[in-house]
Amino acid sequence: MKSDKLKFLVFCLLVIVAPLPLAGGYLTNVLIFVGINGMLALGLNLLLGYAGQISLGQAAFFGLGAYGSGVLTTQFAMNPWLAMLLVAVCVAAFAFAVGFPVLRLKGHYLAMATLGVGIIVHIAFNETIDLTGGPSGLSAIPNLSVGSFIFDTDLKNYYLVWGFALVAILLSLNLVNSRVGRGLRAIHDSEVAARVMGVNARLMKVQVFTLSAFISAIAGSLYCHVMTFISPSSFGFHVSVELLTMVVIGGLGSVYGSILGALLLTLLPEILRAFQDYDIIFYGLLLISMTIYMPGGLVRGIPSLFRRLLPSRGSQHA
Amino acid sequence: MLKLTGIGKRFGGLTALEGISFNVAKGSITGIIGPNGAGKTTLFNVATGIYPPSEGAVLLDGRDISALPSESRARLGLVRTFQNIELFGKMTVLENVMVGLHTQSSSGIFSCAFRMPWQMSEERRIREKAKEWLAFVGIPELEDVEAGTLSFGKGRLLEIARAMALEPKLLLMDEPAAGLNSRETAELAELIKRIRDLGVTVALVEHDMDLVMDICDALVVLNLGTMLAEGTPREIQDNQAVVTAYLGEE
Repeated sequence: MKSDKLKFLVFCLLVIVAPLPLAGGYLTNVLIFVGINGMLALGLNLLLGYAGQISLGQAAFFGLGAYGSGVLTTQFAMNPWLAMLLVAVCVAAFAFAVGFPVLRLKGHYLAMATLGVGIIVHIAFNETIDLTGGPSGLSAIPNLSVGSFIFDTDLKNYYLVWGFALVAILLSLNLVNSRVGRGLRAIHDSEVAARVMGVNARLMKVQVFTLSAFISAIAGSLYCHVMTFISPSSFGFHVSVELLTMVVIGGLGSVYGSILGALLLTLLPEILRAFQDYDIIFYGLLLISMTIYMPGGLVRGIPSLFRRLLPSRGSQHA
Repeated sequence: MLKLTGIGKRFGGLTALEGISFNVAKGSITGIIGPNGAGKTTLFNVATGIYPPSEGAVLLDGRDISALPSESRARLGLVRTFQNIELFGKMTVLENVMVGLHTQSSSGIFSCAFRMPWQMSEERRIREKAKEWLAFVGIPELEDVEAGTLSFGKGRLLEIARAMALEPKLLLMDEPAAGLNSRETAELAELIKRIRDLGVTVALVEHDMDLVMDICDALVVLNLGTMLAEGTPREIQDNQAVVTAYLGEE
């Protein structure tokens, strides 16, 4: 318990000092997206890594959050904070309604069904042109502000997004180490046994699906206010797959793993720019080798790598 | 306590159970025996709601529970262990038992995420309770071990601790002695008697006849999905039909 708190405090410190040496440059902008992707990956990891239920439709909830906030603030001039809350609650309600029938499915069938939800929502963004602007996107979304303080620079937005991300991380850490978290992990390990132990597996799965949609919608709202422009291509199928990759690479069933995965997969394309057209090959090779050599994800793979490299010190920790 | 009336179960064209009716008396240890393929595990699966019966009804304390899902039956006090041990392998031993205390706690997703004071005290309460159950089955020292790494015998004890944490009225045990050596089996017999002494009715499927004859008050014999006999261990031992089913015709 004590060491968990310490870990979180150290992580908070890291988040606070990380942008200081960057002086508001381009990397700060990248780190904003690490925060947004981190929240999205965290939402998916609660569902996939803890409860063991896959979703290939997370981009839909992300997009609904972004478009909900975007449309309400531009076309209906709603207060952005109020819009964010309202949209997140509505998206969660949508996920709850969708979750009840969909989460009865398992494995591949669940993947297909959630994929379907993602595609339908994506089509809706493209086709409801009056509301969303269709394929050409929605622009002139206002920045968030508190009184006269406007989140209009990368550095301000960095602290805004990571403030939300840290809250999401703290609440998730609390959740996974609680009665609910144990229930979810029990469902993952053996659904039959969990149910015989009185765990209402069906309801719990829908609850965590709803929670992951809620977090994704908040991330979406933040995204639209940071970007001030959104278009459907940011919420397509490939985004859902990217989030899945982040969770698997970072570490299934690890809160910090989600963030680590988001960091790596958001930074990597930037770093690989140096290889120009060959970047996609390096990207692919890296993902393949990491899944082979670090099947538990970075969050478990890196410590075990250190143990192998430093056997004498490692044994003390083991 | 538990009453089965005319239970039948078909899988497609295969009849796994037919016309099974018997009572498990309150406070007893009832053994369900029979050759392989007799339908014993299927009967447990029907009783605990893993799948519904094709016909007949399951009654617990006079209440028809045939249509209830497993988790609702667990809340009513009907709990089971599994033949092949169904532990939560990636969780610690203590956490496994704490899942068993799920029905005796109520913190939801919000109070857990925000660490509400009542959630924290509930968490402490079930942690202590889980430790007591580990001590009850005799493995208090293993609480921080990952359950998937336990030996078969210790895993069995953990499964019993987890089931007892629900404070069941009726505990169904599917071949509790399978995979145990003779010393472990003797300890298991003592444990089952201690469970009965706590006021829990026990029904068990078992192949180990020495164990069954030692601890059971009543026996039900199944063969090829039907009821072959019912009675005290002594009556069953002398029953010609039972002997024939096990050993074949002379």
